[in-house]
Amino acid sequence: MGIEGIGARVARKEDRRFITGRGRYVDDIKLQGMTYAHFVRSPHAHAKITGIELDAAKAMPGVIDVLTGQQIVDDKVGNLICGWAIHSKDGSAMKMGAWPAMAPETVRFVGQAVAVVIAESKNLARDAAEAVVVHYEELPAVANIKAAIADGAAQLHPEAPGNIVYDWEIGDQKATDEAFSKAANVVTIELTNNRLVPNAMEPRAAVAEYNPAEEHFTLYTTSQNPHVARLVLSAFYNIAPEHKLRVVAPDVGGGFGSKIFIYPEEMVALWASKKTGRPVKWTGDRNEAFVTDAHGRDHLSKAEMAFDADNKMLGLRVKTYANFGAYMSLFSSSVPTYLYATLLSGQYNIPAIYTEVVGVYTNTTPVDAYRGAGRPEACYLLERLVETAARQLKVDPAELRRKNFITQFPHQTPVIMAYDTGDFNASLDAALKAIDYAGFPARKAKAKSEGKLRGIGLSCYIEACGIAPSKAVGSLGAGVGLWESAEVRVNPVGTIEILTGSHSHGQGHETTFAQLVADRLGIPINQVSIVHGDTDKVQFGMGTYGSRSAAVGMSAIFKAMEKVEAKAKKIAAHQLEASENDIVIENGEFKVTGTDKAIALPMVALAAYTAHNLPDGMEPGLKESAFYDPTNFTFPAGSYICEVEVDPGTGKTSFVNFVAVDDFGRLINPMIVEGQVHGGLVQGIGQAILENAIYDDSGQLVTASFMDYAMPRADDVPSFQISHTTTLCPGNPLGVKGCGEAGAIGASAAVINAITDAIGNNRLEMPATPDRVWHAMQLQQAAE
Amino acid sequence: MYSTNYHRASSVDEAVALIAKGSDAKFLAGGHTLLPVMKQRLAAPGDLVDIAKIPALIGIEASGDTLTIKAATTYYDIMHNADVKRMIPAIAHLTSVLGDPAVRYRGTIGGSVATNDPAADYPAAILALNATVKTNKREIPADQFFKGLFMTALEDNEMITAISFPVPEKAGYAKMRNPASRFALTGVFVAKLKSGEIRAAATGASQDGVMRVPVIEDALKANWSASALDGIKVSDDGLIEDIHGTSDYRANLIKVMAQRAVQAAG
Repeated sequence: MGIEGIGARVARKEDRRFITGRGRYVDDIKLQGMTYAHFVRSPHAHAKITGIELDAAKAMPGVIDVLTGQQIVDDKVGNLICGWAIHSKDGSAMKMGAWPAMAPETVRFVGQAVAVVIAESKNLARDAAEAVVVHYEELPAVANIKAAIADGAAQLHPEAPGNIVYDWEIGDQKATDEAFSKAANVVTIELTNNRLVPNAMEPRAAVAEYNPAEEHFTLYTTSQNPHVARLVLSAFYNIAPEHKLRVVAPDVGGGFGSKIFIYPEEMVALWASKKTGRPVKWTGDRNEAFVTDAHGRDHLSKAEMAFDADNKMLGLRVKTYANFGAYMSLFSSSVPTYLYATLLSGQYNIPAIYTEVVGVYTNTTPVDAYRGAGRPEACYLLERLVETAARQLKVDPAELRRKNFITQFPHQTPVIMAYDTGDFNASLDAALKAIDYAGFPARKAKAKSEGKLRGIGLSCYIEACGIAPSKAVGSLGAGVGLWESAEVRVNPVGTIEILTGSHSHGQGHETTFAQLVADRLGIPINQVSIVHGDTDKVQFGMGTYGSRSAAVGMSAIFKAMEKVEAKAKKIAAHQLEASENDIVIENGEFKVTGTDKAIALPMVALAAYTAHNLPDGMEPGLKESAFYDPTNFTFPAGSYICEVEVDPGTGKTSFVNFVAVDDFGRLINPMIVEGQVHGGLVQGIGQAILENAIYDDSGQLVTASFMDYAMPRADDVPSFQISHTTTLCPGNPLGVKGCGEAGAIGASAAVINAITDAIGNNRLEMPATPDRVWHAMQLQQAAE
Repeated sequence: MYSTNYHRASSVDEAVALIAKGSDAKFLAGGHTLLPVMKQRLAAPGDLVDIAKIPALIGIEASGDTLTIKAATTYYDIMHNADVKRMIPAIAHLTSVLGDPAVRYRGTIGGSVATNDPAADYPAAILALNATVKTNKREIPADQFFKGLFMTALEDNEMITAISFPVPEKAGYAKMRNPASRFALTGVFVAKLKSGEIRAAATGASQDGVMRVPVIEDALKANWSASALDGIKVSDDGLIEDIHGTSDYRANLIKVMAQRAVQAAG
């Protein structure tokens, strides 16, 4: 493998440009004749547009044009789509209202675009946008799930009566009812999963250019999946056929899911670039990010678990309401269904599960996948329920989990997923040891003597990554296949370019993908470049989300590498006058095994390209491509244990310790994996104690800036104790599982379980702010 | 941000003249309140008069029982000043927990006091220590300076030049931060003055901005100790109720922070 191969803690290649300010983000792109877009946005959560006055704005200095929602409809730009079809219990298709890129008649959330000013500078565009007068007739708004499903609630879309998008189910209702009828104990919990704002460091941006001579568009955009963007823009939004549209996602400063989707702003930028004949740039600011980036989570759930007299789980029944906001975003429908309910078996052997999910429209920003996407909601619900059960049944929470762990693999759950491998006892044992679980009662007593309330909380999570195979997701309603592609180009002098359909927006692919090549060929990673994020360079790709880039993206590279190596071995054998079966690759050389005969990779490559002396019938060149479609999802799993101390005077939570033991299969670069886990844990802790997107009853986002939306800071989180156990994933050639979302999935339940343990009151919602924790303590004291 | 005219004044007189001459002109010191609202186009002063570099407004003077901090002195300079640390360590501590390092390098005491943000820290110190706000026109006692949210006794074209603190026998400050903004969710400054007077002021809690808390002052007058506050109840009348804390939570925080401030004061 060498010092830079798989498993090596190699420093990230890309960081030099990032930390020296030489990254190239969308907003860094400046084109000749470029103009600037500024959107006029709705201040109302729900209103009819009764008129728009544009003349004053059009007369402002530097204004090229002011365009409206009616014009984008008249020009037959397609409405935004939702790409995953979900059917209700009764077999009916999900009920969706149209989402035009700018509202022609009705606005349904605060921040929805109504018109756009195109001007010579950003400031002039903003000045003119203030001069656009939109007349609204306000309509009653529904700002949360309960309001939306109430009798007589204001209706968002005539297509969706009662504001219900779908009423979906999974599992065996009859078997589950039977399990509950036999139960010795039933444990119930009701909870919300708080709405989050993704807040990637780089706000979304787009630069669009139209070349009328070639009828060709170029879009530079902050995307996690530029090929999917091109596909959707072409096939559904009528912007241009695919061969007339290039989409480039250059350096992108974080996504967390929010940059998967195609948003109105980039559609408008493309359309406006053709309409005005000038390149158009739009760069969102933080305020726009708060109200237009797809939000995450926002569930209201009730869950019940049935146990036998021996505390074995018999059945699980869940009903969840999921808030979709005002429109169905690109993959929103799949998040609370196939990415959520299919994970409700957790790490446990639960014979019967039945779950209903009701998708609800509200007058709020659309909701879609956000780091973990459905799986954090599943883990939080299940792990709080199990912890609650342990308290009610008066058994040790670790032992209750252990008693119900799945130990035989493969394991078919009652909710579609077939777990391929895992060792849940191993990660729980390691976590209990790392946190000194046995010593906790003594620590709790000592803290109490010092006036502090100490608590410990567990969370044993499992998730499904890769978001593949294509055939499986297709059968569940996905509108696309979810494989990945790769191309390996060996240049004539032996350096290598890897073209991948994965997209790096912080994950470190330029390093880890190069490590795979270094591992196989025994060459340094600086001999390898990773090319991604440009539809003109990479043939096709599905992009990066669902912790899929290692399991799916790197597996495609693996396959392409095998093809390149096979051809290179043939060339080497021919040059060395040996049998290709005797050729081995070591330290960048092709050697005849058992001899000192060898030829270096650059000489093999040169031979391939000069083609002076190749085996008979062999094509020149050394370049291969591959598509890889996995046989199953991957199933990262682990145990998190959190120990907290709560200040009884203020309700403030401090972290004493946080242990994370993950099984990600094989690690490519442990340092990057640790970074991913740190980031995920911080987001999970952020959801647990800090972050909350709050709408008032009129549909105004109260937490629309960092003054009110609490993002985690370094001093809010502890120093993490991270370790790994390993079962190799049998579903891909590298044995990898994916590590990008685990922290965000598993952390929040551990934190809340610890805080509720500390204060002795289980009725606590996220985020457990000092105010909420203090009130829960007051209620508990009053009850005692 | 709308366009604005920037002026850098080199003296107090020049600054006041520029303000009088300008259109909807504003003093600019550290800029931590003004610039963010200008960037959001919520404020649009025609002229900005930068007073942060006026020599007469920078520095700290110790004389006898008085510590005078000039208006444009930065938080960073205040928290590291030997006289501040020796004479009123509670002010050094308050400053060290105000904002973050970037804020402390640029923010000024005069800017904070003139803005009178309801969650700012210095107003609590000024009120509890019975300090005097000195302006280019007059001297204003603390009890007459703060007039409600973002409101002060300052008149048009009046500029704070310094704050004069009587050195107390004991003083302490404790605060609970707002988890999002990191401003004071509630902060309490307690002081036992050399005159024997006991004063306690809370910031972040009241709908009217910084306020004295008589129930705490009375209890501490009888017995200067944290435990003296165990039995008191702070009323939540007029306290802020928002997404970060209910009014009864803030009432509790006033008591708890006062206790911690007394402990810190010794």
